[in-house]
This record gives sequence, C-alpha cells and structure tokens, in this order.
Amino acid sequence: MDNLFNRKYIIQGLFIAIALILLGTLFYIQVASDKYFLSAESNVLRKLYTFPARGVILDRNEKVLVQNEPVYDLMVIPNQVKEFDTLALCHIVGIDMKRFKKSLNKATVQSRYQPNIFEKQLSIQVYAALSEQLSRFPGFFVQSRTVRYYPDSAAGHFFGYVKEVSPKDIEESDGYYRPGDYIGKAGVEKQYNDVLRGEKGIINMLYDVHNVPKGSYAEGKFDTLAKSGEKVVSSLDFRIQKLGEELMKNKVGSIVAIEPSTGEILAFVSSPGYDPNLMVGRQQGNNYMDLINLDKNPNRVFTVRPIQGYYSPGSSFKPLDALLGLQEGVIDPNTTFNCPGYYMAGNHRVKCEHVDGNIALRKGLARSCNTYALNIFQRLITQKKYANQRVAYDAWQQKVKKFGLGEKLGVDLPSERTGRLYASDYYNKKYGKSWRYTTVISLGIGQGEMDATPLQMANIMAIIANRGYYVKPHLIKAIGENKVIKKEYARKNYVDVEARHFEPVIDGMEDAVSAPWGTARQSMIPNVIMCGKTGTVQNPRGKNHSVFIGFAPRDNPKIAIAVIVENAGYGSSYAAPIGSYITEKYLKDSISVGRRASVEWMKKQVILPAPPKSKVKLKPLLTDSAKKDSTLKSTQKQKTLGTPPVPAKPIQTVKPIQTAKPIQTTK
Amino acid sequence: MSTQQGNRFFFNVDWITILLYVALCTIGVVNIYASIFNGSTGSEFNFSTSYGKQLIYVITGLILGFSILLLDAKFFSIFSPIVYGITMLLLVLVLVVGRKVGGNQAWIPLGSFRLQPSELAKFGTALLLARYIGTFSPKLRDVKSIFFAAVIIVIPLFLIMLQPDMGSGLVFLSFMFPLYREGLSGYFLLIFLGMIVLFIADFLVPIEILLPIVLGIGGLFIYQNRRKQKIMFSSIIVTVVAVLYLFTVKFAYNKLLEPHQKTRIEIMLGLKTDPKGAGYNVIQSKIAIGSGQLTGRGFLEGTQTKYGYVPEQSTDFIFSTIGEEWGFAGCFTVIALYIFMLLRVINLAERQRSTFSRVYGYCVASIIFFHVFINIGMTIGIIPVIGIPLPFISYGGSSLWSFTVLLFIFLKLDSNRMGFI
Repeated sequence: MDNLFNRKYIIQGLFIAIALILLGTLFYIQVASDKYFLSAESNVLRKLYTFPARGVILDRNEKVLVQNEPVYDLMVIPNQVKEFDTLALCHIVGIDMKRFKKSLNKATVQSRYQPNIFEKQLSIQVYAALSEQLSRFPGFFVQSRTVRYYPDSAAGHFFGYVKEVSPKDIEESDGYYRPGDYIGKAGVEKQYNDVLRGEKGIINMLYDVHNVPKGSYAEGKFDTLAKSGEKVVSSLDFRIQKLGEELMKNKVGSIVAIEPSTGEILAFVSSPGYDPNLMVGRQQGNNYMDLINLDKNPNRVFTVRPIQGYYSPGSSFKPLDALLGLQEGVIDPNTTFNCPGYYMAGNHRVKCEHVDGNIALRKGLARSCNTYALNIFQRLITQKKYANQRVAYDAWQQKVKKFGLGEKLGVDLPSERTGRLYASDYYNKKYGKSWRYTTVISLGIGQGEMDATPLQMANIMAIIANRGYYVKPHLIKAIGENKVIKKEYARKNYVDVEARHFEPVIDGMEDAVSAPWGTARQSMIPNVIMCGKTGTVQNPRGKNHSVFIGFAPRDNPKIAIAVIVENAGYGSSYAAPIGSYITEKYLKDSISVGRRASVEWMKKQVILPAPPKSKVKLKPLLTDSAKKDSTLKSTQKQKTLGTPPVPAKPIQTVKPIQTAKPIQTTK
Repeated sequence: MSTQQGNRFFFNVDWITILLYVALCTIGVVNIYASIFNGSTGSEFNFSTSYGKQLIYVITGLILGFSILLLDAKFFSIFSPIVYGITMLLLVLVLVVGRKVGGNQAWIPLGSFRLQPSELAKFGTALLLARYIGTFSPKLRDVKSIFFAAVIIVIPLFLIMLQPDMGSGLVFLSFMFPLYREGLSGYFLLIFLGMIVLFIADFLVPIEILLPIVLGIGGLFIYQNRRKQKIMFSSIIVTVVAVLYLFTVKFAYNKLLEPHQKTRIEIMLGLKTDPKGAGYNVIQSKIAIGSGQLTGRGFLEGTQTKYGYVPEQSTDFIFSTIGEEWGFAGCFTVIALYIFMLLRVINLAERQRSTFSRVYGYCVASIIFFHVFINIGMTIGIIPVIGIPLPFISYGGSSLWSFTVLLFIFLKLDSNRMGFI
C-alpha cells in the first residue's frame, strides 16, 4: 500500500500543475496582453459624431460669401432594419427599388451595427415628408449636416469645392475623417480646409449586445462638442469680382487685381468660370462630369487660369527691361535708341510696330517699342563686368526672378504653377557654349521661352506700383476671430531696384494710358491717373491674346491689375478696357456714366476659340515668333454684337497704328 | 471523547471544507447577480431572478447537505448498488421521456423542477465504484477487476453519450484518478495521455506525416527492446493500437460527432476562426476575462458582463464574470479555493480507515477537478466548448445540489472515519 500511497502526491501534483496552466493562461490574457481589453472597448463603445458648421468666408467688405445650409442624410443601421413598406420609402425619397437594394447592400457591407449613409443630402421637403413617417421604417433615421451655399454663384475657382473624402484622405487624416465626411478639394476650401472644417463632436456611447444604447461612457468625460470652423476674411472685393466675371463672360482668360501695398488679391477671375453651387449637393457628381466634359465645355472649366494659365508676358515685360537697365546703369532715362521699325539681332530682324526714330525711355515704354527694349536687353547681357554672356544671362535671370517670374509666388491656393524662365544651363544643353544674347533675344520682349501666369503679371504691376517691393499675393487676409494672417503674407519682398528708377518707367506707363501716343488711350479713367501697358501676346494655337497690365492711381496706388483675354487680339481692344472698368469700379465704386454703355457692350462680347482641328505643337521659339505668324491659321471665332459705342469722355483722335499693321510681335 | 458525545457530530465534520464550499457558493451567487445585472440601478432582491433562485438553491443545498450528515454513514455503502441502479434507470428513462433542451435530451420534467439524471449518475457511479473496490479490494492489476471497474464507469458514460451530452459523459473519465490511486497501472494514465496527444495531432498533422512518425517511434521501441520479449511484444501491440486509433479517431470524428461539436474542436485547435458563429462564445468570454486585467473592473462594473456580450454567462460561462469584474486577482482566488478544497478532500480521503470512503473521496475530488479544469479551460479557450458547469458557482439547482450531495456524502463518511462501514 505504501507505494500506492505515494500516488496521492502524483494526483495532487497533477491538480496543482493544471491549476498553474490555467493561471498562466489567465495571466497572459489578463495582465500580459492588452489585446482583450481593447477588444472589450471596441465591443461596447460606439462613437457618435456631431458635425460642425464649416467656417464662413467673407469678402474684404465683410460681405458673406458662403453660407451653410442644412441638409439631411438618411442613415440606416442594417441590423435594426425590420420588414417594412420599402416601396413607400422609395417613393418618399424618390429612388427606385434597384437603388434601394444597392444602397442597403452597400451599408450592410460597410457595417451591420453602425449607422451608414443610405441616401445623401435630402432636401428639406423630402425630410419633412420623411420625418412624419420615419417610425414606419425601423433602422432608418435622419442625420442633419450642413452643405455650402454660395449666394453670389460666383468665384468658383476661388472657392473651389467640398466633396466626400476619398480613401486616401481618410488614410492621411490620422483618423479624423471617416467615410461619408466632407473635405475641401479645391480652391480656398482646400487650402484652408483645416481652418474651415472645425472639429467634429464625439459622443462615446455604450451599447449592449443588442445594440441598445446604455448611456455615455465614463459620464461623458471623453466626449467633445462639435466646434464650428473658423471664419476667414477674403481679400476679394466682390463688387469687382462680379463685375470682372460679367465682363469675362463668354470669353476665355483671367483678371487678377492686387492691392499693391498689402499683396491682397482684390479680384480673381478665371474664365470660363462655374457656379460653385454646382459642386454642392446630390447632383455634384453629374455636374462635375458635365463641367469636365470637353464636348460641353471645351475650354477646361477647372483650369485656374490666374495661377495655371501660361502666357508670354510680352510687352508687360518691357518695364522690367527698363528697370534692370536703369539699376545696372546701362541706360539712363534720357538714353535714346533709334527705332527704324525693327531691331537686328545678328542677322535676325525683330519687327517693331512703328518707326519712331530716336526715342528716349519714356516714349519707348509708352509706345511699347520693341527696339528700345531689345537694346536694353542687349546691353544687359553684353556688360563687360561678366566673364561671358552666359554668366551675364544668369545674373539677368536671377534679377528677373526677384520679380516673381519663373517661380511660384506662393499664393494661398493649391496647384499654382511656376511659369517658365530658364537658367543658362538649359541653353547650354540646347546650344552648347556657343549661344549669345541674340539666341535668346525674344526674352527681352517677354516672348520665346518665357511664360508667366496672370498672377505673376499682376504682381509685377504691384512691384512697380510699390516702387520696388511686393507682398506675396494672397486671397485670405484674416483667419478666425483674432484676424490672424500668415507672416509670409505680411512681409515685403524687395526686388533690388532702387525706388528712384521706378519714376521714369512709371512715366512711360502713364503715357501709355494717358498720352495721345499711348497704346491704351481709350481706356483712360476720368480723373484717375492710371499707368499701364497693353500687350498682344503671340499665341501659337490661334489668334493673339489681348493683355493689359497696369495700376492706379499713379501716386499711392490702390490697385494693380492684369487682364488677359485669350484670342481677342490687341491689348487695347479688350483687355485694356476691361482693366479700366475694374479699376474704376474699385476706386470709385461705380463706372462713370459715359462709360456704362461700353461696359454693357463688353459684357455681351463672345470671344471663344473654335475647337482646334489639329493640334499645333507649342515649340519653344528660337527665333522671333513673328516669322511664324503667317503660317498659323487663325481658328478663332469672334462674334461681335455691334460696334463699341465710343466713350463719351476721351474723344478718340489718334487711332493706334497697329490696326493697320497686323503682323507685329508685341505692342 | 465520551464526554463530548453531544458535540461529536460537529466535532468530526471537516469545517474547513464546508467553509470552502460556502465561500464558493457565495462567489457563485454574487457573480450570478452581476451576470444578470444589466446596468439599470435599483434592481432589488427578488427570488424570481436567477441569483434569487440560486440563493434558494444554496440554502436548500445546505439543508440537504446537513441532512446527509444526519444519516447513518453505513447507509451509503449499503445502498450504493441501489442508488446506482436507480440512476441508471433514470438515465434510460430520460432517453424515453426526457425533454430536449439545446439538442440534449438530458432533463426529466418533475412539475416545475427539472431533474438531470446525469448529475445523479456522478455520485451513483462514485458510490458503486467505491463499494466495489472497498468490498473486493481488487488490486486492479488483473483484467477481471479492471473490467468490472470499467463496466461500472462505462454504463453511465454510454447512456449519457446517447442523450447526447458529451460534456457530462467525459466527466466519467475522471474516475481514472481513483482507479489509479487504488493500483491501476500508471500506463493507463500514460495511454490515456497518449490518446489525447494523438487525438489532437490527428487534426493538426496530416496522416501521411503522422503515420510514419508513430510507426517510427513504435519501431524504435521495438528495436531497443528486441531482447526483452515481453516489452517488445507490448510495444508492438501499442504501436498497432495507436495506428488503429488514429484511423478510428478520424472515422469517429467524421461520422459520429455532431457538426457543432466538430466546429468547437476545430476552433479550439485553431483550425477555424468563426467569430460570429461557434467561436463567438469563446471569443467574447476571452475578451471579458482579458479586459479584467490585474484587479478587474469592479463589482457590477464589467461592461461585457453588464451589456450581455457573453452568452450563457450565469451558467457555463460564469467564470468570465469573475474574470472581468475581479480580474486576475479574482481568478487566482477562485482557483486557489478549488485547489485548497481538492487537496483537502484528498488528504481527508487518505486518512480514511475504510477503502470505500477513500475511493469515494478520490472520486469526489476527481469529479470536481475535472469540472473546474474543463469549465475554466473552455472559458479561456484552451479546451473546446463542452457545456459543463463550474462546481458550486454556476447557476442551476441540479448541478449545485448534486455537487453538494457528492461533497457532503464524503464529509459524512469522513466524520465517521473511525467507524466501520
């Protein structure tokens, strides 16, 4: 029996061993691992979200540009759905059975226990009809949120739009966004999304196994209230924004107006534009597809031309030649060049619009003389202080870049483009070491391998208006209650040209608008001294673009502006008048009586390019593009609804010569 | 002693075991209350609720237990064949008139009360096994005595399997321990262990790999013992039986088990995950226990318990309530109480003069141990879901009373250990 008695210990030992196995396992799942603890939390906790109102956007005069309108999402919790009259629900919501099944199926796949969006953005009428009968539809409820409403139906490119988040947005949001949430996808709505969106409110609710709410978690200790988005004040002046859009109706192009002293953008017109309200609501997807459909909208509605459109600066570049020439000392205001009606760059002849003989700086600018500008360019690149012309070119390019060309200006909008301005490396690669100033002579008149966005052009005007500096152009001037502005939008960027050199240039620009021999004379504003330049920009794909840049008034300027009307021909015919109307409206709050008829006439003009039949490839211009001009077929369709009524005040006596000589580069 | 005649009854009863018993029952009532509690406050005490009923079961259980203490100790030995016979009859009867609950035909309705004969069969079998060994003192070395002992165990096991209630049936395997104590060769335990290992391996390892391994090990034994004819001979038998067993298990598994039992086994072995289906109970139970962490969420504070995430929480999964609300500390306490009780019972059994009492004591300890191990193992996912209750703690009158009777019969035998039975 003794040996059997020992078996007691074996059995007891076995009991203890197994107890230790149990305890070891328990220790692992209870103490060592927090996996089960977290699973328990996710079992019982559901986050309910309350949606904040998106921030309001005001214009510079505190006019409300964006409102929030309530909409109603029909939500469903699939596992709470019981048998009900599906047809009745479809009827109220206005969907068919196919869509009903699809939506319910989608919701079920997403989550059976969580609220899913069944049908988005019901109108208040549908909501009213539905809420009376909601009890008939178990598992369904309505959740309200707000969508944007843009009362002026204008400035679509400025606002951008708000859209449902993509999986990528969700991934990048660090858990903030969930499917069905909305996010700014373009324009200011995108750029300032973090400010405008506010913070969702979270209510942590405890649910039992039957999905019945059991009260809030930890007495609501971790709950948060929805925080509305911050108010932002735009720099836009909606009076001129709307006027600009009306003027640009049925035309392709841009208007950018800047307050020179602050860099605040006053008008930001991209045409063709779109009603931002099209990008809101249930029809958003369809409207978007329509807008990007090139058959219906051939002119690329979503291109933000003021920051994405590439144009040769053309004549608007000539003030830069003069400024750099003066600063470098290669000319002084009295330097004269002889203009025989052309400029010889080596063997290559660049035409000038007019034969002015010996002219000085002021007249050279007022008349937009190619010869004068190119002579300055020649002198700048052939300065003896540089080892060779290629080094001189780089020095020149660096100085031009100071004016904001060839680089992003850093405007507060997504997808700004840089423009085009190459360093010498580019030409070294292209031509070896043999190239010289004649090779790139077109740059001297803002042509050839140089592109600028309308914003960059307007910014050059702001620099001249400021006599030597600019503040980064921006569209939002104050964020939130405390009116915060980013530091970079308050800093002055100097262009390293002394203030005294600006006056002679400004003289020339004043003459361009006011003097009898100026190119934009018919665009004079009564009692305002405006300085400007017209441009007629080579367009390899069709008729020339009409360009006007300027600022006003001459002393203590309040507005700098760039206007581009594509395929509209001479700068003086469309861009300059439009620029002057905007300026006048901004400075005086109304257009003088005598000019109102012209404004109405301008609004009615239709200048749209015919859809191109064959694609003409844009080649960098090695030689002056004027040569190719004749080979380019104008495919433009210009519809004129009557002739412009002659403005009452400035009685036109001197007709610009260029109308007689259509084969000209720039003016 | 004669002067203390009046106190003898109380003097001889092992109060430590009774104390442990009361402690476990109390833990049961408290945790059943927590399991039923659904977060709404002000649920007063009420005898119609589960914890109210359980309290009644505990009180009646104590009365029942103390009534047993008042019986003559000889009664159990004498009447053990009759008790065994009656319970076997009831096991047959339940197959005829029993009510089907949850797929098992395990209950005989008696008015408002439901009798579960498989619970009675546990102590019926324990009594007869103790009587057989106590009377004939077999050494359990010969085929005949092993056969008789096996018959006593296998009859109820077989009848219960017919219900079919695999969980209660498996409990009868715990009689291996008293048999081992009384002389059954340790090889039986080893073979039993080997059977479990092979059973699990049969699922995890493909037969093409498993078979060579088994044959290889067998071959090695045969080769090593080639000079000792007897051992070599048994090695050959063991190898052949093991191979046959492998195929039988596969066959039995495929043909005999119910689909839900198959899934339970597959989930336990990690071959299948089915969080919404059969694995749901275990996953939720593990989550509840795991979320208790070291010290638990506190009484009535367990969210999984309160909001009903663990099914059958007051009965088979009561341990998850303890795990969530009392944490590892609570689990440790409960397991420690059981181990104390089991070691105590074994120690008491060893001090018995009569073999009957000793064997019976081992039966009691083994049955309780088997329930505790299987039940807790199931709630933490190391054993397939076998629906057997946690002794003294799980909700249910039948189970509580049968454990009470089981334990108190032994306490009676123990209090009378100096006498002859």
